[in-house]
Amino acid sequence: MKPKIAAQSGTFESSDVIFLIEPLPHNSGRKIELYSTVMQQYGVSFRRIVDEMLDQFEMTDIHLIAKDKGALEPTIKARLETAIKRSLDQQEGTLK
Amino acid sequence: MLNSLGREIPEYMEGIGKLEPFQGALTKLSKGWMDEPTIPAPNKAYLPHQSKLCKTLEEAIIRSNPHNGMTVSFHHHLRNGDILLVQTLTILHNMGIREITLASSSLNECHDPILPYLVDGTVTRIFSSGIRSQLGRAIALGVLETPVVIHSHGGRVRCIHTGKIQIDLAVIPASAADIEGNATGSHGKSAFGSIGYAVIDARYAKQVIVVTDNLVNYPCIPLSISQNFVDHVVLVDSIGDASKIATGTTRITNSPMDLRIAKLAADVIENSGFFVPGFAFQVGAGGASLAVAKFIREKMKTKGLKGSFMLGGITSYCVDMLNEGLFETIFDVQSFDAVVSNSLLNNRHHIEIPAALYANPFNCGCITNKIDVVVLGALEIDVDFNVNVITGSEGNIRGASGGHSDTASGAKLTVVVCPSFRGRIPIIKKRVHTIVTPGETVHVLVTERGICVNPAFRELEENLRNAGLNIKDIHDLEIEVDKITGIPAPLEYTDKIVGIVEYRDGTIIDVIHQLKEHGA
Repeated sequence: MKPKIAAQSGTFESSDVIFLIEPLPHNSGRKIELYSTVMQQYGVSFRRIVDEMLDQFEMTDIHLIAKDKGALEPTIKARLETAIKRSLDQQEGTLK
Repeated sequence: MLNSLGREIPEYMEGIGKLEPFQGALTKLSKGWMDEPTIPAPNKAYLPHQSKLCKTLEEAIIRSNPHNGMTVSFHHHLRNGDILLVQTLTILHNMGIREITLASSSLNECHDPILPYLVDGTVTRIFSSGIRSQLGRAIALGVLETPVVIHSHGGRVRCIHTGKIQIDLAVIPASAADIEGNATGSHGKSAFGSIGYAVIDARYAKQVIVVTDNLVNYPCIPLSISQNFVDHVVLVDSIGDASKIATGTTRITNSPMDLRIAKLAADVIENSGFFVPGFAFQVGAGGASLAVAKFIREKMKTKGLKGSFMLGGITSYCVDMLNEGLFETIFDVQSFDAVVSNSLLNNRHHIEIPAALYANPFNCGCITNKIDVVVLGALEIDVDFNVNVITGSEGNIRGASGGHSDTASGAKLTVVVCPSFRGRIPIIKKRVHTIVTPGETVHVLVTERGICVNPAFRELEENLRNAGLNIKDIHDLEIEVDKITGIPAPLEYTDKIVGIVEYRDGTIIDVIHQLKEHGA
């Protein structure tokens, strides 16, 4: 799927992560930029979570920026899922 | 060779000398004296009415016989508002002085501007209780050939007595001074309170410069630093950024996590068996530690229990407890806010003490030996209760030994408070990266997820269990936290040693290896 709109989720707070998504032109694939205060210690698993979730939603033509300040795995997953669904215009109610 | 905590300590380091491995917190002290000889302090002579006043700091430095290889010392009572350390080193650098040993009682973020002097060989050795920010990173990455020496506040006094640190020039900022060099930090526009760390520098330095932005009529009282040790006096416009030296009062944290930990720690103290009339108490100024004082204050009022003295880094919170009659005395080696300066100046039960009396292990009894309960923080703690307060999870030097090991060794109950993880990094480790305080001097760890008692103190554990507190085995808690955070990939280090961590008795408790730079 392709993002329909630019979207974001999360915050810059410690122990949280912020994801920003914007649509890219057709056939652009994925452009991913990950920044994390714990990149040295958790960079590999961070990248894996992001790749797996983008695969799960079959995302393409997407520009994803993440700025992590030490979020736990469930936080990373929840924030990313929210950002993806927002970018797909799928979210409802307060999650929109 | 291995020290008693299993850390590999070299027998000799170039630029440092022979190293003696740590063999237990009280092993050396139990002898009853210090084997190392004490070097004599210099004796000087001044003629009656000879002027000490210099027009500029530069003039005072020129009069102080600056030379290559000299040792220059400072105190850190101006905390992050200090400007004179950078100014002094800049003057020495511009005079072409090289290979300086910097012996500041601690270093803060405000000292980052001296980094180029480490790179260009102006400063080649450092003794300090703490190093942070860009300096800490650069040193961790190996900017200096000779490893820095990290000492405790008490250990620094010992270092000066034994000549490990031989101060050629001490620059002592003071918020009030007179033309003879009697000086204090307890009043004036830049008041910072106690000047306790600088007293030993004044006694032992070959040359002493008092720098003030407030030259008062002779005599300047109280004589926190006295004229018989001072060579030169300089009046400057400013000794530092007042807003960063001491302002207002220190507030108790609002962080629910810190408050939760603090409340648990107060429960631990209350039920430890040491919360008794006349108890002596010390807390740090940081988040959870200071918040413990809030809960202890409430418990003391509820029970009508009065303590003996508070010690250490003093905040307005301690002053409030003194004024409410909860404690009889404050011994103040370092003050943290403006209110404290006023109290130090005006309340005779608020007493300024030098670092030697505070924490030097080699005398007839420092005051840390009299502590009943101390609450301390940690960057990391391991399953043997060893505490790291010097290197961060990213491998940088970013903290301070300070009085951590001094107070832990003296207290009947040492409580370490910290969250079980910070920004995803677990704080409880199988093995801390750098040991500053040995586990044998730590009784309890309090985290938001449970309380761990050092198994060497069974009676304490029993007391706490009987009180219904949530006691966990530290090994179990370590595994529990790892499951939440995931296990972090280890950092990479080289064989080069960039830092040596002295225990308070002068033995080496750990070394810091050079951090391999990651991607950058």
